[in-house]
Amino acid sequence: MTLLQVENLSVSFSTPEGSVKAVSGLSYSVEKGATLGIVGESGSGKSQSVFAILGLLASNAHVSGSIKFNGRELIGLSEQELNRIRSKEIGIIFQDPMTSLNPFMRVSDQLSEVLMHHKGMSKKDALNEAIRMLDAVRIPQARERVNMYPHEFSGGMRQRVMIAMSLLCNPQMLIADEPTTALDVTVQAQIMHLLRELQRELSISIVLITHDLGIVAGACDHTMIMYGGRMMEYGSTLDIFKMPSHPYTQGLLKAIPRPDDESDELYSIPGNPPNLLNPPTGCPFAERCCEASEQCEARAPALEALSGSRLRACYKPWTPPHRKEPPAAGARLELEAGVRGDVL
Amino acid sequence: MSSANPILRVQDLCVRFDLPRGGVWPWRGEALQLKAVNHISFDLYPGEILGIVGESGCGKSTLARAILGMLQNVQGKVVWQGEDMLGLSPSQLRKRRQKLQMVFQDPIASLSPRMTVGEIIAEPLKTHYPEMSSAEREAKVVSIMETVGLHANQVNRYPHEFSGGQCQRVGIARALVLEPDLIICDEPVSALDVSIQAQIVNLLKKLQRELGLSLIFIAHDLNLVKYISDRVMVLYLGHVMEVANSRDLYREPLHPYSKALISAVPIPDPELERGKDVLLLEGDLPSPINPPLGCPFVTRCPMATQVCEETKPELREVADGQRRVACHHA
Repeated sequence: MTLLQVENLSVSFSTPEGSVKAVSGLSYSVEKGATLGIVGESGSGKSQSVFAILGLLASNAHVSGSIKFNGRELIGLSEQELNRIRSKEIGIIFQDPMTSLNPFMRVSDQLSEVLMHHKGMSKKDALNEAIRMLDAVRIPQARERVNMYPHEFSGGMRQRVMIAMSLLCNPQMLIADEPTTALDVTVQAQIMHLLRELQRELSISIVLITHDLGIVAGACDHTMIMYGGRMMEYGSTLDIFKMPSHPYTQGLLKAIPRPDDESDELYSIPGNPPNLLNPPTGCPFAERCCEASEQCEARAPALEALSGSRLRACYKPWTPPHRKEPPAAGARLELEAGVRGDVL
Repeated sequence: MSSANPILRVQDLCVRFDLPRGGVWPWRGEALQLKAVNHISFDLYPGEILGIVGESGCGKSTLARAILGMLQNVQGKVVWQGEDMLGLSPSQLRKRRQKLQMVFQDPIASLSPRMTVGEIIAEPLKTHYPEMSSAEREAKVVSIMETVGLHANQVNRYPHEFSGGQCQRVGIARALVLEPDLIICDEPVSALDVSIQAQIVNLLKKLQRELGLSLIFIAHDLNLVKYISDRVMVLYLGHVMEVANSRDLYREPLHPYSKALISAVPIPDPELERGKDVLLLEGDLPSPINPPLGCPFVTRCPMATQVCEETKPELREVADGQRRVACHHA
């Protein structure tokens, strides 16, 4: 069942220097219980594309296109109607857990406020529910720690509090915007483990935004690669990593050092990301692409379907390479979530 | 490599920070000390790349600053080309530091916004070679800019006109212009995008190879450190946990903390990433103001026993002196 369907979404910001096109013509869908990873570099529009879902964009933003959640159009909803959807139907966690919690409020008050507001619970019930939720995100001694202030928690624990807060009203979807970027790698492993467990227990959909391809490889059913505000490639995570079809994805995968790789030189993509204030008329990646032609610079390629659910925006013809060996641990890759998303 | 004399020898280095007294009455409160770096010793050989990894708060940046003489309250020895750097006067220190340069984490914040790129790169030359003619200086700046992959016609631009990756190239050019023997890179690529990181890392590696530099490469991205380093030192709460050849360390980490750290790094491959066993650590880093009595890692270690709580393990040599590890059980 399709939970979220985004069609032809564009986001632009009017600034004194002109209009900045942050997201152009984005279309994707997320199935119930599935995890979508959105990967891109800074300025690729990955955060803005999901902020648009919850109406969290800055006031100078213009949104066009369609975002349907459970069949209901979200673009153009009033603040009041959006508030009903936020938290109750879609939860969100942000990159920096310190700046997204209120430093002057006890964790207990911040959590029960959500429940009292959205569910009309009494203060006592809300507090009990808050403690139960802190337990669920594996915070030890939740009953004592609920009375602490955010600064008394470590970074990893704060992110757990954020996750607890976003799940309080049993949302069907969780948006995680770089949830582990500010954390150390051992704490990152804890948080990703927790998210996977919670997803299995609550069967919620997750949209995970990250720049770390390793995180996506471990957590997501489907992966979308963004560059310069556009979708470059979309497909099942296994396909994207094993048979990347877009030159940008191919370059990106070669540019990150892998622990099992002992080669001497890293591949590097030449050049710099495009300036979105004055975006290239053609493919945003054309300037850095070693296979770019005149056609690429003249007009951006439209998304075309490859095999199965795969999508790609590139003029270069592509045939899937023959796999050298079939995936040995195939059974392991069928994620527990079961249902997989498809783009329409 | 070990036959040559070390270019840098750090012996028993300790860094303490005095904190404001706690409590309601500041003059009555207990004097608090944060031990950021504890008894760290290592040798660095000419042409070697030493990686330093560890989580935030483990003392990696403090160690770099202590080596460069940028901190007070440093005990121990920092022997640079045969001469102890600690206790030198500022002017003596400045002279020695000519061959000992640093590249910082935030490429934009570490460049003055009011100076052109040419002025930024020429500044160290003005300090150390005041007699140099401006034509000579200009030629030198242009040649260094080309070495790091910038165009000579960008010499009059300001840092804000460059992207993060290009600013980091300027930072590297500024460090290189004095022809140093050692560059300490403190998280040089963590502020950059993935596709730009590879450019900078390849540049550093190429410069190291061509100029025979030594590098100390501090980072929290373990895959990157493995890729660039000859040897890797793992720090935790200001203590050295393990030092090993980078290939050996990643193939077979000996210390439980190194194991947890390496298993926690996500692998960009769905099959490997989902098939691997992660050694999940419990809890968080203990406060460095009040560290555990015995082994610093005891509070989170899955292998901890009584002896770990009571005595701190020495950093001892294993595998024929090829690597060193501080653990009772390794």
